[in-house]
Amino acid sequence: MFARQQAAAAHANWGEFVIEAFIRVLGFSTIGFVLLIFLFLLREGVPIFYKVPPSNLFGIHWYPIFDLFGTLPLLLGSVFVTVTAILIALPLGVATAVFVREVAPNWAREVLKPMIEVLAGIPSVVLGFFGMHVVAPLIRETLGAPTGLTVFTGGLLLAYMALPTIISVAEDALDAVPKSFRDAGLAMGATQWQTIWRVVVPAARSGITTAVMLGMGRAIGETMAVMMVTGNAARMPLSLDALFKPARTMTATIAAEMGEVAQGSAHYHALFGIGIILFILTLLINLVAVSTIFKKQRRGGLR
Amino acid sequence: MRAVCRQMCWVFLVGAVMVLSSGSLACREQRTGDTRSPRSGTENIENKGSDTLVNLALAWAELYVQERPEVRISVTGGGSGTGIASLMNRTADIANASREMKIEEIRAAEANGIRPVEFVVARDAIAVVVNPSNPVSSLTMQQISDIYTGKITNWRKLGGEDRPIVLLSRESNSGTYVYVLEHVIRMGEPKSKLLFSPETLLMPSSEGISTEVRQNPNAIGYDGLGYVTSDQKVLAVARDASSPYMLPSIATVKEGSYPISRPLYMYTAGEPGGQVKAYLDWVLGPGQKLVSKLGFVPLN
Repeated sequence: MFARQQAAAAHANWGEFVIEAFIRVLGFSTIGFVLLIFLFLLREGVPIFYKVPPSNLFGIHWYPIFDLFGTLPLLLGSVFVTVTAILIALPLGVATAVFVREVAPNWAREVLKPMIEVLAGIPSVVLGFFGMHVVAPLIRETLGAPTGLTVFTGGLLLAYMALPTIISVAEDALDAVPKSFRDAGLAMGATQWQTIWRVVVPAARSGITTAVMLGMGRAIGETMAVMMVTGNAARMPLSLDALFKPARTMTATIAAEMGEVAQGSAHYHALFGIGIILFILTLLINLVAVSTIFKKQRRGGLR
Repeated sequence: MRAVCRQMCWVFLVGAVMVLSSGSLACREQRTGDTRSPRSGTENIENKGSDTLVNLALAWAELYVQERPEVRISVTGGGSGTGIASLMNRTADIANASREMKIEEIRAAEANGIRPVEFVVARDAIAVVVNPSNPVSSLTMQQISDIYTGKITNWRKLGGEDRPIVLLSRESNSGTYVYVLEHVIRMGEPKSKLLFSPETLLMPSSEGISTEVRQNPNAIGYDGLGYVTSDQKVLAVARDASSPYMLPSIATVKEGSYPISRPLYMYTAGEPGGQVKAYLDWVLGPGQKLVSKLGFVPLN
C-alpha cells in the first residue's frame, strides 16, 4: 500500500518535472531566438558598414542598383510616418481608453472591448488595400495633393493599426489606478471630467507612456500597409509640405527589395544593415517602454 | 498590462505550434516527393523567376504537359532575382528573367560550379500609360526621359493641363525598372549617369501602378504591355522628334518602329539536357504561338 503511494507520488513528481522543464525551455527559447536572429542580422548586415564608406551609407541617395546606399531618406521616412501615426493615435487612443474605462456603462464596455480586439486582428494587407483604393484618392481629392500616396496616408493607416495596442494598454493603466483616487477626487467636489482629467489620467501617466511606446513599436515595424500607401519614393522629407508627399520607409525597402537582391552583394548586406538600424530603433523604443514599467513598479501604489 | 502578457504568451504558444507542425509537414512532403517520382516515372521540371514572365511560363507549361503527360512542370514567380538565386542553389531547373543576369550573379553562379546558359524566349513591349482623362497622347523618348529625371514637372509643358506630374515606376529590383532606366531614361548611352528622380513613386506591383494611373489624373507610369488594362491610356512614343509616334503592339514591336521593347530570358544551369532541353526546344519552336495570346511578342 505504502509502496504504491510512494510510486504514485514519484510519478507525479516526475511528470511535474517534465512539464516544468518543457515550459522553462519554451520560455528561454524566446530569448534564444531573439539572440540568434540578432546574431544573424549582425553577420549579414555588418559587412555593409565597412564595405561602403559612411559618406555613402548616410547620404541622401538610395539607388541600390547603382551602389548608392544613402539610408538617411529611409530612416527619416520611417520616423516621419511613425511620428505622424502616433500624433494621430495618441489622443484618439487615450480618449477611447478613458471612455471605455471611466465613462461607458457596463454593457457598452462589454461590447467595445472585444470590438477593439477585433480591430487588432485585421490583416495589414487588407488595410493597405483599403488605403490604396479608398483613403488615398480621398486624400488627393480633398487636399489637392498631386498624389494620395503620402506620409499622411501611411500615418493614418498606421494610427489605425496602433490604436488597439494603445487602447488596451492605456486601459489597463487606467484600470490600475486605485478606486480611492477617484473617490478622493469626487469627494473634493470635482466633477467626473475633472477627476478623470486631473487625477486619473495623470496617475496612469507612465502606463500611457508605455502604451504609446508599444504603439510606436508596432507602427515602425509595420510593412505591408505602409508599402502600399506611402508611395515609396526615397526623397528627403525636409520641407513643410513633406507630410503630403510620398516617402519610403525602412521596412518597405527591405520587403520590396529583398526578394530580388543578388545574395552576398553589397545591396544584400545593405538591406540587412537597414534591418540592424530598425532592430536597434525598436529595441530603444521597447527599452523606454520597459523602463517606464519598472519605474511604475518601484513607485508601488503611488503610480 | 497583465492582459497583454497573457496575449503574448498565447501568440508565442501558437507560433511554436505552427513552427513545429510546419516543420513536420515539410519533412513529410519531402519524403513523399522522393518516393513518388521514380515509381510513376514522371520527370519534374522546376521553373521559377520573373513575375513578368510568370503567366506566359504557366501557359507554356500547361500546354506542354498536355502534349507530354510524362513531364511535370511547376512554375513559380517571385522575381527575376529569386529565379536566378534558385538556379544557383539548384532548386530550379529553369530560371525566368525579364533582364540579363548581372555580372555579380554570373560570378556567384560560377563560384557554385554553375555556368548559366541564356535563352531569349519572347519579347515584351513596355507601354507608357497615363490616366484616360489626360489630353496628352504622345511623347518622344527625350520627353519621357526628361519627365522621369524630374526636368519636366508639369503636364502643361507637354501640351496637357496645368497639373503636376506624378511619376510612377516599378520597384528598383524589377527587370522592367532596369530596362527603362538604361534604354529610356539614359537613351541607351552607357556613359550616362542619369537616374530616376527621387520623387518617383516606386510601386511594389503592376497592380499598384494600374490602380494609381486609373485614379490619378496627374500620374504617368509604365509597364509590360501584357499588364496594361483597358482603363489606362497608352501613349504613342517616338524615337525622336522627327520619327513617327507609334503605339505599342505586336506588329510595331516586330517591325522595330515602337522604340521600347526588350527580350525576356530563360536561364539553365549549364547546357540543358534531357527533358529540360526538350521543353526549351518546344518553347522556342511550337510554344511561340502562345506568346502573342498573352500580350507578348513572339520571336519570329
